[in-house]
Amino acid sequence: MIEVRELVKDFGGFRAVDGVSFAVPAGQIFGFLGPNGAGKTTTVKMLTTVLRPTSGTVLIDGHDAAREPLAARRCLGIVFQDPSVDNELTAAENLEVHGVLYGVPAAERRRACEELLRFVELWERRDEIVKQFSGGMIRRLELARALMHKPRILFLDEPTVGLDPQTRSHIWAFVERSARERATTVFFTTHYMDEAERVAQELAVIDHGRIVARGSPEAIKRQTKAATLEEAFIALTGHSIRDEDASPADQMRQMSKLWRGRR
Amino acid sequence: MGAVWILCLRQLKRYARARARILASLGQPVLFLVALGFGFAPVFKQAGRGDYIEYLAPGVVAMGILFTAAFSGIEIIWDRQFGFLKETLVAPISRLQIVLGRTLGGAAVALLQGVVVFGLCILAGFRVQRPALLPVAFAFMALISLAFTAVGTVIGSSLDDMQALPLVMNLVVTPLFFLSSAIFPLEGLPRWLMLASRLNPLTYGIDGLRGALTGEFATPLALDALILGAVTVALLALGAWRFSRIEV
Ligand SMILES: Nc1ncnc2c1ncn2[C@@H]1O[C@H](COP(=O)(O)OP(=O)(O)O)[C@@H](O)[C@H]1O
Ligand SMILES: [Mg+2]
Repeated sequence: MIEVRELVKDFGGFRAVDGVSFAVPAGQIFGFLGPNGAGKTTTVKMLTTVLRPTSGTVLIDGHDAAREPLAARRCLGIVFQDPSVDNELTAAENLEVHGVLYGVPAAERRRACEELLRFVELWERRDEIVKQFSGGMIRRLELARALMHKPRILFLDEPTVGLDPQTRSHIWAFVERSARERATTVFFTTHYMDEAERVAQELAVIDHGRIVARGSPEAIKRQTKAATLEEAFIALTGHSIRDEDASPADQMRQMSKLWRGRR
Repeated sequence: MGAVWILCLRQLKRYARARARILASLGQPVLFLVALGFGFAPVFKQAGRGDYIEYLAPGVVAMGILFTAAFSGIEIIWDRQFGFLKETLVAPISRLQIVLGRTLGGAAVALLQGVVVFGLCILAGFRVQRPALLPVAFAFMALISLAFTAVGTVIGSSLDDMQALPLVMNLVVTPLFFLSSAIFPLEGLPRWLMLASRLNPLTYGIDGLRGALTGEFATPLALDALILGAVTVALLALGAWRFSRIEV
């Protein structure tokens, strides 16, 4: 399970995450819904120990992320928002590296590699260099990789962004199945209303670094007397969630990321 | 230890697959060997210094190593850009293990490169005078690999601009190389140049390597080993510290 108390992150003078608290019980699929720039990725990075919070505490399966980062990391698997595979290794080699980094024994690595690559339908392509994979294939590979060490908690930061609808539903089918079969807790972020509504058992809606609503998608709609989650979001924040609403600064950042990634 | 090993192995695999990179990075030492080696040989001989290839070859081997090693720092920026760095940072291992694995991998690649250049030098007519000291020569090659991989780690961890890195790297590594007795002896140099070379730790690395291969030491072997060893340890520590400060 995940427990977060009064989490704050400042970048210079700017508060990206502003006193976020919530708890996710074991086995739940929990959605973190918010527009671009709301602070979702920053929160995920703090929950997964790659970013140090300005203040507040994070407990991952009872381990304090700041004081026992290694213990916390052992319990969690993550698919980051941006790709994080080694492009010059094969699919199987990427899993192998991951397994060794997480101390998975050799026999178990071989077994898990086959099981998971079959699971995400990449087994036939296990010996291909990842550079040649499409965005959707890389996502599936990253999902398999994140499950390799049997994490109790799976973090997914906008796992379907930029993918076509068919691949999106494919990915969610894998996630839901693995949550069911392995009793994994899933924490995912999204700015897609339909995904939040369909996949999440519980939701937290975040805007400008603050949680503005908590509860099941049904409960949030009831609470705001809205017919759809889209309307509920507008009622809660006074604006809609679409990409065009990203602030100019965020758009610049996205652009520069794309631009730098290309070189 | 498994984590250190797999990160090191990963770098060797990437190297083995980048054939263009291997060939390109052999180009520079080969050019030096051919252009300088054959170009200056007559002058060197007239000056009563004997065979220039004998003198130059250890310097060219060091060159092959140190540029490859220093430029391995770009892989940190690369892995940051393409995300793999995050995969290692979120794994249940310490930053020290990560930087150790990366450094050993980078150094192993540089050492391999040095061995290849060494082979090319033999083809060009270089003769090892003291076969018994070959292990010592390889030890110096390994130390130079480690030291300059650490330089790469320091720079790669401190910059996040892929375009600035080669410039900074050249600015740091090229003067160290030229002021190290790699391509010309220090005797008879102007005082300030001599002083700069004597303060350059690479001078002792090259002297150790050359001495082990040709039997001609300018500084005692033990002193060469001591200075290069101490500087390598210090650079490794600095690299580990800079790497531990990376934020993604
Ligand atoms: N390293 C950083 N330095 C400065 N500002 C940052 C940094 N990372 C994120 N931000 C800012 O923090 C805010 C939240 O970003 P992020 O967590 O990535 O949002 P989301 O994932 O919800 O789109 C944005 O305004 C973003 O510009
Ligand atoms: Mg994000």
